[in-house]
Amino acid sequence: MSAVTPEIQRISGMRRFKDKGVQALVYLAFVIAVIPLVSVLWLVIANGIARLDLEFLTHSMRNIGARDAGGGAYHAIIGTLEQVALASVISVPIGLFTAIYLVEYGTNGRLKRSISFFVDIMTGVPSVVAGLFVLAFWILILGMPFSGWAGAMALAILMLPTVVRAAEEMLLLVPNDLREASYALGVSKWRTIVKVVLPTAFTGIVTGVMLAVARVAGETAPLLLTVFFTDSINNDPFNGPQMGLPLYVFDQAARPNDTAIDRAWAAALTLIIIIMLLNLAARLITYWRSPARKR
Amino acid sequence: MAKQIEVTDVDAYYGSHKAIEGINMTIDARAVTAFIGPSGCGKSTFLRTLNRMHEVIPGARVEGKIRMEDQDLYGSDVDPVSVRRTIGMVFQRPNPFPTMSIYDNVAAGLRLNHRYSKSQLDTIVEDSLKGANLWNEVKDRLTKPGSGLSGGQQQRLCIARAIAVQPQVLLMDEPCSALDPISTLAIEDLISKLKQEFTIVIVTHNMQQAARVSDKTAFFNLAAQGQPGKLIEMDDTTKIFTSPTQKATEDYITGRFG
Ligand SMILES: Nc1ncnc2c1ncn2[C@@H]1O[C@H](COP(=O)(O)OP(=O)(O)OP(=O)(O)O)[C@@H](O)[C@H]1O
Ligand SMILES: [Mg+2]
Repeated sequence: MSAVTPEIQRISGMRRFKDKGVQALVYLAFVIAVIPLVSVLWLVIANGIARLDLEFLTHSMRNIGARDAGGGAYHAIIGTLEQVALASVISVPIGLFTAIYLVEYGTNGRLKRSISFFVDIMTGVPSVVAGLFVLAFWILILGMPFSGWAGAMALAILMLPTVVRAAEEMLLLVPNDLREASYALGVSKWRTIVKVVLPTAFTGIVTGVMLAVARVAGETAPLLLTVFFTDSINNDPFNGPQMGLPLYVFDQAARPNDTAIDRAWAAALTLIIIIMLLNLAARLITYWRSPARKR
Repeated sequence: MAKQIEVTDVDAYYGSHKAIEGINMTIDARAVTAFIGPSGCGKSTFLRTLNRMHEVIPGARVEGKIRMEDQDLYGSDVDPVSVRRTIGMVFQRPNPFPTMSIYDNVAAGLRLNHRYSKSQLDTIVEDSLKGANLWNEVKDRLTKPGSGLSGGQQQRLCIARAIAVQPQVLLMDEPCSALDPISTLAIEDLISKLKQEFTIVIVTHNMQQAARVSDKTAFFNLAAQGQPGKLIEMDDTTKIFTSPTQKATEDYITGRFG
């Protein structure tokens, strides 16, 4: 037996000091991280609120002269909503099934490793390249027209790796005990995934998809190459050029008049609000789905 | 309808590591068989080979023969999912489905396999919860999440969930290790009741429990750390606890090791 008897000690002054010091550093880091966020929000709200009125939300830029005030972003809002929705329709199922394969089926296989590798590469694809790819393949080689759909395909390429990684992480968090419990009840593997694993990971997957949507909703370059550009309302994402909010901001901000600059700010604010509303909707979905709330 | 299980020369591997070796035994129908032995000797592993849960672990495999009455459980045309449907299992750690309510947890095995009417389900859920001695505690909050129960209640919920699908054999891996003495007694009563209908296999570290509930006892041991576990002896419980033929069994039961 050792001769040193352990005794209960007071917390030393040095440790208290270190604790307080590190705590202060953490707060400082938080404040520094929040400064850009708050200042961007502040700037956009302050500049955008003036033109964010009913006319802006319900009118397009059709027949608005170069120096006229008025006009709006209705055509761009419709375009963004449709393109992002279509991009999600393409990328969420593919991404989710890929993640399910990686986590549930791809046991140490070569296919699993190569899929993982290509998902990593896709994460690094610059957004212009995604746009160029769709332009070259869909529009130039296959001879399809510029359309919201072409833009949605470019956006889907950008969303896909984010969705795969987010869903994969969430599926990995589901404890193995639950899968075994389900198997032991004589439930097949696929039904276990659908009825036990996915519901357990649901909240996290929704959050991951929202992040991917938010990231992609602000993309300008791929849209420029695929949906082209228009001043008029085009409700059909499969035919003819469309508009998008990022494109609209890009276009208006490049014009020399203050009326156009104001519209650009208002459109930027609209985009932020749309993304916030989508996030809110996702929160509500997960809130209503959470088991703690059931009646 | 309970069924007898016949085990011949079973080895089980985790990758290249052989966890159990050369197990031969007969598990009687409508009786309780207890598995005892020191930690790491392969009781859980062997239990999981009985309903083909062992192969769920990546790299794990089983050699040898296991028959239930006249069916080869490891036959090449046997669907492991249907084996697990007839041979239910309760795990050491309670694992209710966190996204489901208490009611849905009990109904899970039924719902995930067949269609039942609401009233059929209600009856089975109530019977199963009563069978697991949990009904009185949860009858007013069947729609609350199962993860909101205490550990012991969760374990009884898992037992209710397992018996709800009416298996022919029920495997229990230390089902009482998370329970208080009162719930443990309740579970033991339950086991005695269930053995009229089911074939029951229970792993336990509690000698008194093995002596109280089981008709047959199997003692497992491993020669040395890293060696595969083996069945040392198996006999009527009274015989094992009063006059075992092997020295190791006697030493283990009297608490000299393990
Ligand atoms: N998932 C696994 N992967 C690899 N080896 C495992 C795994 N599970 C168990 N083993 C090994 O198999 C052997 C038997 O383990 P098992 O869990 O069957 O023992 P046990 O008798 O149930 O012990 P306990 O009484 O502590 O539960 C041990 O050596 C263990 O390390
Ligand atoms: Mg064990």
